Amino acid sequence: MFTPADYKSDQYVRWCPGCGDHAIVNSLQKAMAEVGVAPWETVVISGIGCSSRMPYYLNTYGFHTIHGRGAAIATGVKTSHPELTVWQMTGDGDCLAIGGNHFIHSVRRNIDLNVVLFNNQIYGLTKGQYSPTSKKGAITKSSPYGTVERPFRPAELALGARATFFARTLDVDLKTTQNCMVAAAKHKGTSIVECLVNCVIFNNGAHNWISDKENRADRIIVLEHGKPMIFGKNNDKGLVLDGWNLKVVTIGENGITEKDILVHNAKEEDPTLHYKLAMMTGPDMPIAMGVIRDVEAETYEEAVHNQIADVQAKTKIHNFDDLVNSCEKWDI
Amino acid sequence: MDKQTVKVTNNENVVIRFSGDSGDGMQLTGTLFSNLSAILGNEISTFPDFPAEIRAPQGTIGGVSGFQVHLGSQKVYTPGDMADVLVAMNPAALKVNAKGIKKMGVLIVDADSFEKKDLEKAEFKTDNPYEELDLSDTIQIIPIPLTSLTKDSLADFGMDNKSVIRCKNMFALGVVCWLFNRPIDQAIHFLGNKFGKKPDLLKANVKVLTDGYNYANNLHLNISTFHIDRTQELEHGTYTSINGNKATSWGLIAAAEKAGLELFLGSYPITPATDIMHELALRKDVGVKVVQAEDEISGICTAIGASFAGDLAATSTSGPGLALKSEALGLAVMAELPLVVIDVMRGGPSTGLPTKTEQTDLLQALYGRNGESPCVVIAASKPSDCFHYAYMAGKIALEHMTPVILLTDTFLANGTSLWKLPKLAELEEIKPFYAPESLKGQMKATSRDEATKIHYWAIPGREGFTHRNGGLEKDYERGAISTNPENHQRMVDARAEKVEGVANSIPQLTVEGCKDNAELLVIGWGSTYGHLLSAVENMNQKGHRIALAHFNYINPLPKNTEEIIKQYPKAVVCELNSGQFATYLRTKVEGVHFHQYNKVEGQPFTTAELEECFENHIK
Repeated sequence: MFTPADYKSDQYVRWCPGCGDHAIVNSLQKAMAEVGVAPWETVVISGIGCSSRMPYYLNTYGFHTIHGRGAAIATGVKTSHPELTVWQMTGDGDCLAIGGNHFIHSVRRNIDLNVVLFNNQIYGLTKGQYSPTSKKGAITKSSPYGTVERPFRPAELALGARATFFARTLDVDLKTTQNCMVAAAKHKGTSIVECLVNCVIFNNGAHNWISDKENRADRIIVLEHGKPMIFGKNNDKGLVLDGWNLKVVTIGENGITEKDILVHNAKEEDPTLHYKLAMMTGPDMPIAMGVIRDVEAETYEEAVHNQIADVQAKTKIHNFDDLVNSCEKWDI
Repeated sequence: MDKQTVKVTNNENVVIRFSGDSGDGMQLTGTLFSNLSAILGNEISTFPDFPAEIRAPQGTIGGVSGFQVHLGSQKVYTPGDMADVLVAMNPAALKVNAKGIKKMGVLIVDADSFEKKDLEKAEFKTDNPYEELDLSDTIQIIPIPLTSLTKDSLADFGMDNKSVIRCKNMFALGVVCWLFNRPIDQAIHFLGNKFGKKPDLLKANVKVLTDGYNYANNLHLNISTFHIDRTQELEHGTYTSINGNKATSWGLIAAAEKAGLELFLGSYPITPATDIMHELALRKDVGVKVVQAEDEISGICTAIGASFAGDLAATSTSGPGLALKSEALGLAVMAELPLVVIDVMRGGPSTGLPTKTEQTDLLQALYGRNGESPCVVIAASKPSDCFHYAYMAGKIALEHMTPVILLTDTFLANGTSLWKLPKLAELEEIKPFYAPESLKGQMKATSRDEATKIHYWAIPGREGFTHRNGGLEKDYERGAISTNPENHQRMVDARAEKVEGVANSIPQLTVEGCKDNAELLVIGWGSTYGHLLSAVENMNQKGHRIALAHFNYINPLPKNTEEIIKQYPKAVVCELNSGQFATYLRTKVEGVHFHQYNKVEGQPFTTAELEECFENHIK
């Protein structure tokens, strides 16, 4: 029906050359075409920051709003008009610092938003201050001696707010990014797609440990629902449970076979294993990519509109005149 | 007692105040009494005055809750200054209201709650509170053991002591009904509506009310009862009594339906605006969508989102919340989206006096945003006309594609007045400024009607009208983001011109009182209307020549504002702040010396103080 070009606006893309955001916009346009919702039935909302320039580059209805408030404005769009497909573009500062409150509450309510969270662990548009996801000790313009702050881990925050969908992807991995975006769009409820993106100017190489092509296959695991958790250059590494913890094993060593490897169940209600997977960090463990959690729950806007329909089915008041007539009144 | 021997005084207008602990049910008692009077054909105006604490320590001055009703056969513009009748359920209530009783007024007290410990709680130093307050010779005191009589009345009901005592307000209401020659059948009908789902409670309340009435009737109370004729001042029609918050809510409902849109409210609880959210949350029957947001900012932002998506969207708040919303309000100005912001003003700054009334947010509403950020600002002036101004706020927002701030306040929000029920068909048309089909394929965030500078509204879902809006400055022609200097000026001017253009569709300023040859022009805005008009009319009856120009449209001002003001030799601007409207008028009308009369006590004006002020000006 639609091609990626149908979602492309006529605006010149103004991100820095080499910025990871270029890859994301391409993946997003492809994902939108794959999902197939008409551009005019698609709304893209953003806050402030480099990533929030995204709406200008998409030929949809777009609204580049104010810092941190994208989630609240998207909540208003989707709640008032559930028939629209709503995407929210946000960054680690916009979403997790100034917009933290709106973020957790939109996730808690489970509004059907597709949220793309660009995480470059830095404030780019204000020229290089540490963000809520910057690694402890990061040297930035506002932390010349290194940050002393403990960073947020977006998955932890999202799952803590009872997220029904969480996916993670890497800017340079176009295929996984597109797949995650499509899965996010298909999911009913708030879908968070954390994109690890590189800021070539202020935080170059922040994700090098996994973006490095040589070693990437050994350092990430792309999770797929219903598939065993196998990764590695030679597809011989896997994840198993060792007591309460996850452990990397090698297939063929110590009697381990593919049957021993955990199978990913993104649809599991209990978020414990999703949390464990999302929290894996190197060098001992691979970083989890792909759709980590994808469970069903009633969306906020459905609940709002169902409640209105229920009340309307029972009431005798259908319009303003009925309402006025229903009140205690007398003639003078 | 033989009815023939009861003395009856004919009165035009009477003020009665019910006062007690915040748990004594004074608000309910007052509401029932005022509705009862309205049904019997009186004009009414009410004003509840309650503490911020839900249940302050019992019997203390801080916990006193009051409800004042002004009823009459003549025009009633205000809830009245001084009470003809005060009902005081305890010594604290007496102490708080002692200065507000008219000379030879009637004081009804619960004799059971004037024990030593009660007097101590209210910080009386002697055992004679009347002497201590200097009331002994100036008022008629009727002590009635309300608590024990209520207990007797419900002796056979098997209710617990606490529930029994909670019914004593109905005993007081019964006494007052007798005093005002009000048949209690209608009050029983109201109670039926209130307690319909709790038959035991209903029975108990009806019993106590009836016993209270009969007690007064049989007691040979040596006192004149009041007779107030039906009013001849009102236009015939069907009426109800309505408070400002409910009227505001219904105005929005009417505006949405008239415009063919759905209504959306994004809001966060804040006194005294919360009842708007309560009322609209109840109105799922007419399809209202309400989001109780996580904070004030989200309240307005969800509304902006709903507006972007094609609803009539509103957010309701009070002063502190308006401060939090100011950045987002700037976005609505920049994106040129329709939005209604209701600020129910309260005492400030900061948390201030949450349950008290003030007009101190005017300059915040006009100017409290970054950048050149004009909004339409309007203000309601009676509880019932909150309906009209909420409706107009919706109409202006949708037809001029701008945020509109509607200012009301605690006095209007909680006070009630009579409201003639409207029909939707009779209300003015509302035509949202939709993008014409000719813009298909060319829609931009800056597309506007060149004559009026009004931005077109293109709602998501409409094919051929996709566009990108936002908070960055945009190129006037192309709609793309722009930092071009001349373009910015042009855009600032266009947004200002659009808001100024609203002046072409609002009514001209009118003058009341002594229109010609007045020696003084009184200027007011918003909720002070009733007090100002009463004071002006009283003065003119005494032979003075005073005119009143009262504003509901503040930005833009009515086009004849300067012409009107310059017709009079002297102007005094009266407002419940330190001079905010006067300051604003000085920037809009040159060459006039605006005198000021200001009060910032968290209370409405009294007509008496206004008359004194006017007298000083015309000496």
